[in-house]
Amino acid sequence: MSTVQPGLRYSAEHEWINDDSPVAVGISAVAADALGEVVYVELPEVGAQLTAGQVCGEIESTKSVSELFAPVSGEVVQVNEAAAADPALINSDPYGEGWLFRVAVSDEGPLLSAEEYAAANNAEL
Amino acid sequence: MTEAQQTPLSTPQQAPQQATQHTPLHAKHAKLGATFTDFGGWDMPLKYGSELAEHRAVRESAGVFDLSHMGEIWVEGPDAVTFLNTALVGDLGKLAVGRAKYSLICDERGGIIDDLIAYRLGDERFLVVPNAGNAPAVAAALAERAAGFDATVTDASVSTSLIAVQGPASAQIVRELILAGAATGDGAGSGTQSGARAVDAPAVGAGSADSTETAERVLALRYYACTEAEIVGIPVLIARTGYTGEDGFELYVPNERAAEMWVALLTAGEPHGLIPAGLAARDSLRLEAGMPLYGNELSREVTPFEAGLGAVVSFAKPEAFVGREALERVQEQGTGLVLVGLRGLGRRAGRGGYLVYPGGDTVTPAIGRITSGQPSPTLGAPIALAYVDPEFAKIGTSVNVDLRGKLEPFEVVALPFYRRPA
Repeated sequence: MSTVQPGLRYSAEHEWINDDSPVAVGISAVAADALGEVVYVELPEVGAQLTAGQVCGEIESTKSVSELFAPVSGEVVQVNEAAAADPALINSDPYGEGWLFRVAVSDEGPLLSAEEYAAANNAEL
Repeated sequence: MTEAQQTPLSTPQQAPQQATQHTPLHAKHAKLGATFTDFGGWDMPLKYGSELAEHRAVRESAGVFDLSHMGEIWVEGPDAVTFLNTALVGDLGKLAVGRAKYSLICDERGGIIDDLIAYRLGDERFLVVPNAGNAPAVAAALAERAAGFDATVTDASVSTSLIAVQGPASAQIVRELILAGAATGDGAGSGTQSGARAVDAPAVGAGSADSTETAERVLALRYYACTEAEIVGIPVLIARTGYTGEDGFELYVPNERAAEMWVALLTAGEPHGLIPAGLAARDSLRLEAGMPLYGNELSREVTPFEAGLGAVVSFAKPEAFVGREALERVQEQGTGLVLVGLRGLGRRAGRGGYLVYPGGDTVTPAIGRITSGQPSPTLGAPIALAYVDPEFAKIGTSVNVDLRGKLEPFEVVALPFYRRPA
């Protein structure tokens, strides 16, 4: 069963954010496991203005393509070039080295606690 | 994150619409931690761990697949050959006993009802193996077309399991599997008998000699050849066939012995790097090998000629097979679209349903549509099968694929995408 990292907050679309400033954004292990092996990730560019709930990139696995939704509004200040170059990091370490980008947050979208997200996805903490 | 587009194989959480069937190995898969998917009405393992690791195991050593969802239909009787030559588009008259042939069953319009393999096990005895989802339709079509022939059609799909071992280590694994059966007395009853005692015990001694003979006979099988044998005490039909582009064997086993054979194969294969592989790997392996999948490349809406399978159709045989007139017209007049291989120049893959456009920047109508596509694990580039206008089918032609609103360059390449080293 996929695990949910405590201490992070989650969107219903399976992105997580931490409480750094600016925040780091990634996708949950629940999403990474469902996708299968990620082979390509398209991330927003540094300087892009995100709107919470809007599409901001895509993640492609061997079997499927999924859109990436911004969990927060604000400016992208950094992208994880390591994950873009080696998307397997998103599967192997979704809450660590597989983070996707950092945002200077102006506004948050609706977010769930780790407990709420785990319960909603039949996953464990 | 939400799913933008998915292939039918990639929906493990999707609730099946009807009660799905389980193979006799379902509990084994669950115990191995498999993720399941509905496929052709069956709850089948999509993957056990990493689909890429399973794909690579088959390319580099071996993988074992549960294919018990496939159909098995026996055709027997004095008219078996003329009946099958009337029901299928290929010519089975010249097929030797112990050989198999890839064929198609078409409707009156020449549309493909299914692709299948026919094994000839005797002068008047064939096994026809259709796809899981089409097995009932094929069994019904065969039964209907058998009217007036001295031949019986028996659908044994529910009682027959199919296990495939595929990959370069397959032959070595199958040899050891057969000889392991000899070492343990070739059956459940004499499992404790030692090899030394076997010399003094005629019954078991004979079993050991049989195993050596069986191993030689099985290993001597050429591609698309088959033989009936007893392996680890289990009566099987073993064929050198597969759907991965690698060397390999397919073993037809009675349901009640399937779990025993599965465990024996895993045990024999483990030292060689064999792992269980699911439908995700099966799909990426067959795509690299340029093999069509019913429901993607093949359907009742296409004829064998569009699908690049014209050579499977025999107009030389005398029988007025179902679809013959329609197919003769298609051969004469040519086809509107043809199946080609595409290779992406970038990293993003085209998926089933995506439209293909001429290369360059000019805005023109679509010239084709992808039927299967994904990143190729072996080639490290996106690959796809697509139906395109014959004008754009030449190897080396530049085309664009509409990847969710953005045109990406692809090139028409020769099939198969992957050919195993000689």
